[in-house]
Amino acid sequence: MPVNPEAVGRSYGPFEPYEVTRVKIREFADAVDAYSGAHRDVAVAQAEGYADLVAPTTFAVVIAQRAEFHVVQDPEVGVDFSMVVHAEERFTHVRPLVAGDVITATVHVDDIKQRTGISMVTTRAELADADGAPVATVISTLAVREAA
Amino acid sequence: MTESTSPSFEGLEVGQVVAEREAPLTRASLVRYAGASGDFNPIHYNDVIAEEVGLPGVIAHGMLTMGLGASVVEEWAGAGNVSDYQVRFTRPIPVPNPGEAVVTVTARIGALDEERCTARVDLTVAHGDVKVLGRAQAIVDCA
Repeated sequence: MPVNPEAVGRSYGPFEPYEVTRVKIREFADAVDAYSGAHRDVAVAQAEGYADLVAPTTFAVVIAQRAEFHVVQDPEVGVDFSMVVHAEERFTHVRPLVAGDVITATVHVDDIKQRTGISMVTTRAELADADGAPVATVISTLAVREAA
Repeated sequence: MTESTSPSFEGLEVGQVVAEREAPLTRASLVRYAGASGDFNPIHYNDVIAEEVGLPGVIAHGMLTMGLGASVVEEWAGAGNVSDYQVRFTRPIPVPNPGEAVVTVTARIGALDEERCTARVDLTVAHGDVKVLGRAQAIVDCA
């Protein structure tokens, strides 16, 4: 079943807020070889002007991908997850994520482009903090191949 | 007292290499990234499933490669100073077992915006001679 181009404009969420923790920031920093002390030592992060440990640049994907999963799972959109390849990704930060943030995500289907045998599905996750202030936008494009 | 870690805008030149790194990826790197990110797609740990969907074997998460690129930029820019970062995933990185796939990252100043006091850092990310990311660009807030 091909992707449904009429899914453009659909929105999902906000979902249960995601709590950014020190442990998860350290774990993610280790996984992407981010060596800065501001990801690991609260005193270092505070000396650099942050309230708490600073998340690495692409940490927002942890929150965004949870939200995007609702798009992939929606039978009305029709994405076959086993045929998905990640094509593009973009992060735009109003400010960095820090430990203690409580983040809600809303995800939008912005674009679906279809070519022979492949659909490019672009989603946009908007991340906001507990006060509702925008923190980051994560735009992701998935290439979905059609089963031959 | 706080110390800004933003790099100084003054003296930067287009074309200048600000950071570079070689990162060896093993199956352990992929398992670690899967756990840290929550991305448990089996093509990143199971050869049988990876081959079933037409891949040469287990491949690295594109987001792991993108994250490594950000870490190299941050090494120069300081934590929390990358305000925008985008990539295209152009080629997969097969990760052998046993063994490792070495990824090289070079971060170069691509453009300078004096008004905004930002630098665009262009990343070249390669596995051997093969470029694995396209249009990989990070915007860094300078001081």
